[in-house]
Amino acid sequence: MSDQKDEKKTNRRDFLFTATAAAGAVGVGAAVWPLVDQMNPDASVKALASTEVDVSSMQPGQSLTVLWRGKPVFIKRRTDDEIKKARAVDINDLKHPEKDEDRAKNPEWLVMLGICTHLGCVPLTDKGDYDGWFCPCHGSHYDTSGRIRKGPAPTNMEIPKYEFVNTNTIKIG
Amino acid sequence: MSDHEYTPSSKFGKWFNDRLPLLTLANHLTDYPTPKNLNYWWTFGGILTFCLITQIVTGLVLAMHYIAHADMAFSSVEHIMRDVNYGWLLRYVHANGASMFFLAVYIHIFRSLFYGSYKSPREIIWILGIIIYLLMMAAAFMGYVLPWGQMSFWGATVITNLFSAIPLVGESITTWLWGGYSVDNPTLTRFFTLHYLIPFLILGLVVLHIWALHVPGNNNPVGIDIKKPSKDTVPFHPYIVIKDAFALLMFCIVFAMFVFYQPNILGHADNYIEADPLVTPAHIVPEWYLLPFYAILRSVPDKLMGVVAMLSAILILAALPWLDTSKVRSAVFRPLFRQFYWILVADVLILGYVGAMPAEGLYLLIARVATAYYFAHFLIILPVLGWKEKTTPLPLSITEPVLGGSPNFATAKSDEKIEKTIK
Repeated sequence: MSDQKDEKKTNRRDFLFTATAAAGAVGVGAAVWPLVDQMNPDASVKALASTEVDVSSMQPGQSLTVLWRGKPVFIKRRTDDEIKKARAVDINDLKHPEKDEDRAKNPEWLVMLGICTHLGCVPLTDKGDYDGWFCPCHGSHYDTSGRIRKGPAPTNMEIPKYEFVNTNTIKIG
Repeated sequence: MSDHEYTPSSKFGKWFNDRLPLLTLANHLTDYPTPKNLNYWWTFGGILTFCLITQIVTGLVLAMHYIAHADMAFSSVEHIMRDVNYGWLLRYVHANGASMFFLAVYIHIFRSLFYGSYKSPREIIWILGIIIYLLMMAAAFMGYVLPWGQMSFWGATVITNLFSAIPLVGESITTWLWGGYSVDNPTLTRFFTLHYLIPFLILGLVVLHIWALHVPGNNNPVGIDIKKPSKDTVPFHPYIVIKDAFALLMFCIVFAMFVFYQPNILGHADNYIEADPLVTPAHIVPEWYLLPFYAILRSVPDKLMGVVAMLSAILILAALPWLDTSKVRSAVFRPLFRQFYWILVADVLILGYVGAMPAEGLYLLIARVATAYYFAHFLIILPVLGWKEKTTPLPLSITEPVLGGSPNFATAKSDEKIEKTIK
């Protein structure tokens, strides 16, 4: 290191420093990742991914709450009046514009996650200013299609993946 | 650390101290020169140490009987209450101990705010304190989840959902925190682990907090720099020790009143109902010590901004040493600041009150005004006061205003100041 020009140039030692630090960082990252990832949903939690529900006894106007992946799912057999109300809304008036036709493929049946999109409380059925759902925690009002109409929740209640296995059974997940 | 060399008197003591200077440390702690005008508001540091140790000891024995499993947690807590010898006492001390801890920490924080203890050269002590306070909130929140009652479950749901407000990665973060798709058994077991860990982190930070304190020494009600040791100081032992002990005794009377006469008054009846993921209680309220921040969260109509406002309300405290531009520490010499200080105290109490009320109508309006004022205090009022306010003259030493007459050269820290005063 007697010559000043040599010091300024990238020399072999600099290369070794950088390479060692980079290899060290990769090693630490690889060692830390299992410690972080172990907190993600495990295989047994993921295995409970779907639930089948028998809805044969439900009358129009009735609703049912079932547990799917530890979360409540609302299954509502809507009356004609409720369907009409949901479909009559001007989509431009909505905070989170979604057509009722897209939310309920079979208009009689509304299947959605019973979780307020604000902070995760379970809204109360047939309550609120829009005769749909009302969240008691921070006052979000949902309509008969589960769309947010008033209050702090940012989006409509989520529609999970579901299908009718036959006329009496809904498979969620 | 110590200003003078310490030599143990016994031969063994000297032998040991040369190898591990524990006796030097003990000597530093007992002889530590403390301002002689410290009032009872300064006793809360000791009280807080007591609270931390109480929580660790009772928590340790409760963990011998508690079962961290979604199916068994609730009944194991009832088992502690009914079957375990003195289990009721241990649990009530631990549960009310959390409230007492926060009561003491709020007094400790507002003491600092009044006497300007956060100002140079004590910024690091203050920031360490804010980190301890954040960890206390995390520990208290996770501890409240462990009994697996309705408030435990839904409180956990609401608080963990705060993270879902983060754009893009929010959902993945909440799933990661839960270890599933909702608050469930994996959430409970990790909260138990972290609840067990955090008090020891706090303990470590308390050591740093006290270490950082012992570098410049205590602030004092007059808020001036003092010469140490001098006629303005007394040794920590026995003077401060006995004062702290007396204050601790008074504090324990209040503590015991809660534990033995009103053990459940600070809790919620809903938490004696086992967690039910299908039913949300009609009115979710956090513990009293989190209410002001909960009010700030709810006062903002947007989800993300509400969370940002709530976090900022706490983090803004870390910037306080730089937001308060006044060179004078103690509110005693700041007539305007003193008034704003009490308005802030009232503002925080109001936020706490509306935080417990439903977020609608007049309550919501009050919460919004109080939230705006809270931020205005730190971001507008304090910086402006620093250069607008006419402070009253500072004494040269703690002794001077008491003895009167001419300034006492023996006690004053800076000679410059004395010359100025004489001129």
